[in-house]
Amino acid sequence: MRSPEPVQIVKARRDAALGRLVTGVPYLRFLGIRFDRRGDELTAVLPYQEMMIGNPMLPALHGGVTAAFLEVTAIIELAWAFAWEEMEAGSTAEDAPPPRLPKTIDFTTDYLRAGLPRDAYARARVNRSGRRYASVHVEAWQDNRARLIAQGTGHFLMPNRPGAAPPAEGAPPAPEFDARGNGPGGSDG
Amino acid sequence: MSETGDSEGQARRERVARAFIEGLPHGRALGLKMRAIGAGTAEIVMPWHENLVGDPSTGVIHGGAVSALMDTTAGAAVMAHPDCPSGTATLDLRIDYMRSATPGQPIVAKATCYHITRTVAFVRAEACDEDADDPVAAATAAFTVERG
Repeated sequence: MRSPEPVQIVKARRDAALGRLVTGVPYLRFLGIRFDRRGDELTAVLPYQEMMIGNPMLPALHGGVTAAFLEVTAIIELAWAFAWEEMEAGSTAEDAPPPRLPKTIDFTTDYLRAGLPRDAYARARVNRSGRRYASVHVEAWQDNRARLIAQGTGHFLMPNRPGAAPPAEGAPPAPEFDARGNGPGGSDG
Repeated sequence: MSETGDSEGQARRERVARAFIEGLPHGRALGLKMRAIGAGTAEIVMPWHENLVGDPSTGVIHGGAVSALMDTTAGAAVMAHPDCPSGTATLDLRIDYMRSATPGQPIVAKATCYHITRTVAFVRAEACDEDADDPVAAATAAFTVERG
């Protein structure tokens, strides 16, 4: 029986895969967003900076910063779900170029409470992910996980993946990746 | 604005809205400039900047920065509405991204507060790069109306 891979090697590989998605995006650097990882679960962290204030009288986080934080979290979670799948299947080369990110089709931000001048956190859930379209829900909070400052839902266009050739004419459609492991469903392509 | 409304009051409202928007720390971080403000309307420009890029391989601005521009412009339109609330906050904001903004070009958002009640303001906004006939994004938003 083969002995399992040493934990530090597994961790280094997963952290490198996450790093390929996140580092190198100037807008994430501008806002200082980073991602904490526990296994495949990501938590986005938005460290507070004075330049994020929208209403100096309250003071409160700018609604645009909150919306941007949610959208960034959704995009990275979606790209990460695919990167994870490929990595665990052993098909990610160490020196692979950064994967292309999904494109936002639409995004709705629901503001629940004023954002305070302190760090914010967010987690996203991929509710549906097809070959072309995906739907993602995101929640953001500050001090208290149960008291959300905002939630968002977005639809995204998936990048064409190398190796994911379109099905041949007349061939049955390939089963689609589903984040919940429920197999194909829905009707999009 | 009503027939009996005072244009002086409206001018003051627009001045206050402009000063508020231009004083926002995050607006300054994005380099936002107010180009026009009127009764329930606003127009704000966001210059292209390397910091705002979402896709380094193309130089296209991140959707999040466009959200911040849309939210700011929509809020300014509410503040400049003749049925002036003393303050406002975003309840919800939906953005449709129709195409990628052309790298290197500024993005201009125009917002109209098309309906306002005692408690809620409704806003539509559109963002364009230099091709003003082919919008980059559209937004609809609802804002609170705070009566001081």
